[in-house]
Amino acid sequence: MSGTSGNTRASGTAKAAPTPVIDLDGPERRLYWAFADCWTVVRRDLTHLVKQPSLIAWQLGFPIVSVLLFVFVFGSAMDVGEGVDYKAFAMPGMFAMTMAFGFMNTAMAVVIDKERGVTDRFRSMPMAPSAVVTGRGVSDVLHAGLDLLVLALIALVVGWRSDGGLLATLYAFVLLLLLRFSLIWIGVLLGLMTPNQEAAGNLFAVAFPFGMISSVFTPPSAMPDWLGTIAMWNPVSSTANAVRDLYGNPMPSGGSWIEEHALLMAVVWPLIITAVFLPLAVRKFQHLSR
Amino acid sequence: MKGEPVTTGTSDYSVLAEGLRKSYGDKRALDGFDLAVPRGSVYGLLGPNGAGKTTAVRILSTLIRLDSGRAVVGGFDVWREPRQVRRRIGLTGQNAAVDEIITARQNLEMFGRLFHLGSTRARQRAVELLEQFSLVEAADKQPKDFSGGMRRRLDLAASMILAPEVLFLDEPTTGLDPRGRSEVWEAVRALAAEGTTVLLTTHYLDEADKLSDRIAVIDQGRNVTEDTPAGLKQAIGGDRIEVVAAEAADLPEVVRTVARVAAGGVEPETDREERRVQAPVSERVAALTEVARTLQDAGIAVADIGLRRPTLDEVFLTLTGRTAGEKESEAANKNKPQEGVMAA
Repeated sequence: MSGTSGNTRASGTAKAAPTPVIDLDGPERRLYWAFADCWTVVRRDLTHLVKQPSLIAWQLGFPIVSVLLFVFVFGSAMDVGEGVDYKAFAMPGMFAMTMAFGFMNTAMAVVIDKERGVTDRFRSMPMAPSAVVTGRGVSDVLHAGLDLLVLALIALVVGWRSDGGLLATLYAFVLLLLLRFSLIWIGVLLGLMTPNQEAAGNLFAVAFPFGMISSVFTPPSAMPDWLGTIAMWNPVSSTANAVRDLYGNPMPSGGSWIEEHALLMAVVWPLIITAVFLPLAVRKFQHLSR
Repeated sequence: MKGEPVTTGTSDYSVLAEGLRKSYGDKRALDGFDLAVPRGSVYGLLGPNGAGKTTAVRILSTLIRLDSGRAVVGGFDVWREPRQVRRRIGLTGQNAAVDEIITARQNLEMFGRLFHLGSTRARQRAVELLEQFSLVEAADKQPKDFSGGMRRRLDLAASMILAPEVLFLDEPTTGLDPRGRSEVWEAVRALAAEGTTVLLTTHYLDEADKLSDRIAVIDQGRNVTEDTPAGLKQAIGGDRIEVVAAEAADLPEVVRTVARVAAGGVEPETDREERRVQAPVSERVAALTEVARTLQDAGIAVADIGLRRPTLDEVFLTLTGRTAGEKESEAANKNKPQEGVMAA
C-alpha cells in the first residue's frame, strides 16, 4: 500500500457520511420492498424512453412499414373476401403482430443486463430478487401500451376505424396487452438462454414466422391446408381475430372451431403461455445461482 | 457441511472461507479452497485464467451456491443469510455493471433506492459518491460516453453506496488503458485507506503487488500459497546477486567468487554475451559485501553489481508452472525450459 499518494481523492468526504445499516428490510417489509424495488426498476426503463425516444421509433418501424406496404402496395391485390376493406382487416392484425414481436424487446433487455453485469449487481444487492423479473414485466407492458397508442393513431390516420363500442374497443386493447404480457416470460426465458446481444438479434428468425404464419395479413383458409391449420391455431391469430370482432372489423371466416371461439381463445392462449413459461423463466433466473 | 453451526469469532476477518468446492459438470472450479481476509486489508487473489478466482468471488458475494464448504462474509454465512451478506458487501465484476443510458447520477440514485436508502438519502449519497470518485462533471452524462476508467469509477461508486465492510473487485482493471488502471488503483487505495476490506482478483502480477497487503495464489481451484507480496518473493527464489564483469576475460574469476556466496552451493548462471553472472543468496548484505570486496582485492573491474528480488512473474511461474494470464492449453507449451528463468 502506498499510504499517502492515493488518498487525495477521498479526503474526508466518505467519512463525513457514514451510512449505518438500518434494518428496514425485516421480513414484515418484504412485500413493501417487492413493490418498491419493482417500481425503481420500472422507473429506470421509463427513463430509457425519455432519454431515447428513438427506441419507440425503432420498435414501431417494422409495423409502420408493414402498414404502408400491405395497405398501400399489396393492399389493392389482397382479396380477403367479397367487398372487404383490406385496411380494416389488416390493422387489427398489425396490432397483434406488434404485440407478438414484443418478446424480442424483452429478450434483448434481459440479455443486455446480463451481459453488462447489471443483473449480477442486482443479485448481489439486498433488493427484492423478484423485482428484477417483475420490473421487467411491468415496464414491458407499459412500453407495449405506448406502442399500441402510437400504432392506433397511425391506423386512424390511414383510415382505420373501430365500429365496436368504447368498452369493446378498450377490451380489445386489453386482450392485445394480455398477449404481450404472456410473451414476457418467453422473452425472459430466451434472454437468459441467449449468450449475447448478437445472438439475440437472431431471435427475429423465431419471431417472424410466429408473427406472420397467422391470420395477421391473410385468412388462413386461403393457405395450404397444413399451413392454414398451424396459422389458425397460432395464438397470434386468436388475438387478432378477437380484436377484429370487438372492433367490428372483418374477420377471416374459415368456419373452424378455433376461429369461431377467438374471443375465448384470446384469453385462454395467454393464460396457457403464462402458466407454462412463467415458471420456466423464474426457474431459469434462479439457475443463475448454480 | 451446510447444516453445521456458524462459529463466530470472525471479528478479525471480514472474509473466512473453508473448503469451498464448486463443480460445473466434470470441471472442478473450486476444489477445497480456503481463504481468510483480515479486516481492513487489501487482499489479492492471484491466479491464471480459469484458476477459480471468479468462482470464489461469485460464491462469496452470494451470486452462486457452493457445493460444499463454508463461507462467512461480514460475520454472516453466505449460504444461509445472503440478505445480511448483501447489505455488507459491494461487488465490482468484470464488466462495468452500470446502465449505459441513464446518467451517472441516475444510476447511483437507482442503486441507492435498491439498497433501500429511501429517495432523499439515495440522492444525497449519489452526490457524495460523485464527489468522492471525481465524477461531478460527468454526473449528468450517460456512461456510454465515458472512458473506461470513468465507467469503472462509476461502477466502484455504485459498489460503495452502503459503505460496505467488504468490497469484491473481480479483475477491476481488465481491458483498461494504463491511465484507466491508475485511476482505478488510486480509487481502490483511497477506499482501503478508509478501512474498507478489499478482496481483489487479478491476473496482473503488478496489480497484486502494488495494491495488496497480502496475496493468495490460486491454481486449479486450490490454494497454492499465501503471504505478503514481499514474503512471496522472498520465500520463492529469495534474493539474487548479480554481477556484470567489465571484461569478458574476468568471467571465470567472477563466477568462482559468486559461487562462494551462492545459497545451497547452487551453480551461478552465466550470460556470456552480457558478461552477467547471477545466483541466489540467503545472506543478502553479507554476500554483496563479500563479492564486492573479493573482486576489488583481485583487481577485477565490475560494470555493475547488485541484489535483485525475483519479480512476481518468476514467483508465479515457480509456483504454478506457468505464467499468469496464460490458459492451461498454452501452459503445456510454455513449460519447456526458458532462458534466464529461475534456478531455485
